[in-house]
Amino acid sequence: MPSEKIDIDYVARLARIDLTEEEKVTFAEQLGNILAYVDKLNQVDVSGVEPMAHAFALENVLDDDEPGPALTVKDALRNAPAQRDNQIVVPKVVEDA
Amino acid sequence: MSDIIQKTAAELSQALAAKTVSAVEVAQAFIARTEAVEDRVKAFNSRDAEWTLAQAKASDERRAAGDAAGPLDGVPVALKDILAVKDQPLTCSSRMLENFVSPYDAHVTELLKAQGAVLWGRLNMDEFAMGSSTENSAFHTSRNPWNTDCVPGGSSGGSAACVAALEAPLSIGSDTGGSIRQPAAFCGVVGLKPTYGLVSRYGLAAFASSLDQIGPFARTVEDAALLLQAIAGHDRRDSTSYKTKLPDYRAALTEKEGPWTIGVPRECFAEGLDPEIKAAVQDAIAFYEKDGHTVQEVSLPMTEYAIPTYYILATAEASSNLARYDGIRYTHRSKNAADAVDLYFKSRAEGFGPEVKRRIILGTYVLSSGYYDAYYLRAQKIRTLIRQEFMQAFESVDTILTPTTPTPSFQVGAKEDPLAMYLNDIYTINVNLAGLPGISVPCGFTSSKLPIGLQLIGKPFAEDELLAVAHRYEQAHGWKDAVAQL
Repeated sequence: MPSEKIDIDYVARLARIDLTEEEKVTFAEQLGNILAYVDKLNQVDVSGVEPMAHAFALENVLDDDEPGPALTVKDALRNAPAQRDNQIVVPKVVEDA
Repeated sequence: MSDIIQKTAAELSQALAAKTVSAVEVAQAFIARTEAVEDRVKAFNSRDAEWTLAQAKASDERRAAGDAAGPLDGVPVALKDILAVKDQPLTCSSRMLENFVSPYDAHVTELLKAQGAVLWGRLNMDEFAMGSSTENSAFHTSRNPWNTDCVPGGSSGGSAACVAALEAPLSIGSDTGGSIRQPAAFCGVVGLKPTYGLVSRYGLAAFASSLDQIGPFARTVEDAALLLQAIAGHDRRDSTSYKTKLPDYRAALTEKEGPWTIGVPRECFAEGLDPEIKAAVQDAIAFYEKDGHTVQEVSLPMTEYAIPTYYILATAEASSNLARYDGIRYTHRSKNAADAVDLYFKSRAEGFGPEVKRRIILGTYVLSSGYYDAYYLRAQKIRTLIRQEFMQAFESVDTILTPTTPTPSFQVGAKEDPLAMYLNDIYTINVNLAGLPGISVPCGFTSSKLPIGLQLIGKPFAEDELLAVAHRYEQAHGWKDAVAQL
């Protein structure tokens, strides 16, 4: 298991969170300690062991393709930070030509 | 103090059925109690007394018409602020959802409403259920009713504190790594984490979906059984909801008498266990032996790896689940963003607290290219080994007994290092990894009058037997009637 230093800028970018310089320093140290602690998982022989995603085997739950009750547009938009004409308003995402 | 608030949910249910008390009187008593002690306990994020009284009035009307819905009709239940209740706030104790109002009911909420329970207040928690003390709440830290300088535990700290402070007879919490059982132990109440899949997670804000379970808090095992009965059962809207025939949990308390074989893991009296907790748990073991049950040592050597396994899997799942809080659709939105992409970065920076950021960063790291196999996949394999070890132990024992926590409650502000806080979950976390049911029941007090919790772990979907084993112990011990003095 890699125990190298965590590249905090890279990971924060992947996580889409702006961190302050102070947070970067604190988190890098704390996460370094946590990663050093989880390093002990290297002691376990996992050869031939199946990974487990859930506590018991899951089966797909399939529905018939029939419309059922759903949220109204009003309910779906009630927590939207900005809305207009039954749609959520976002900052412009395409550059001007 | 009004004698209504001292009653258990079972006693209230009986009094309501006998019409010696009305649901409105019950609701008024708990509202008045909350007004009197809440400035010291701080269990709630928000309360809507008018709404609660309207539900109580409707319950009285049903009963008058001969239409009472069941044992919980008219009994107040407070919910952790992570479960959706239509038209009520749902904050997860986060700035991110500070102004969020639920457009629908969680499955558990629907069931409670259908059974006439009177919903009361939104309970404080660690932000997005990440923590063991409620100190990670963006709003305030809840207090332990037994000593208000101390934490109530977490993440469901408000749920435990409100029941211990008699602000509600019952409450609901959620448990991902101990978040029901640890605060139950710290606050001297009963807390049950059901088998993964027994209670639908529909309408529960997700933290780590393969580990999260909803469960009851109560002052007695019987009350926990009543509330579990109300919320358990299959729901097609949660693909991990399990189809199983539900036993009568309350009837099981007296019908199931054992004798049981109780396993005590060799590893559970390890270094770091408070000597007073050790003594209390050894007394509990002695009780079961004297009561005619067999106590047998079992070995769970993988326990040592449970915390690191958990912090990889839970943070990985959290980093994925919490990606939905994007500043676009229903959350806090930054007013300082330069463009659409910057909106994600700034909204999340402003909306999440430090522990949530830390876990998202860790989860993102362990899932990132080049590290996935080394961390996430390896942890999933170790999870298999942890589960196998439990299932092997259950071939020779009915129930496994451990302390709930290595220490009693601690002072607010005492644990600043995140890793030290994580270690508090040593006895509870492997139960979530294995998907098993676990209950914490009061097990006496330390010399400084802080509650101690005994954890009992059951076979999958054997909550009936688990509750019976816990009930047996509870009935034989005097402190089940102990109430925190506020």
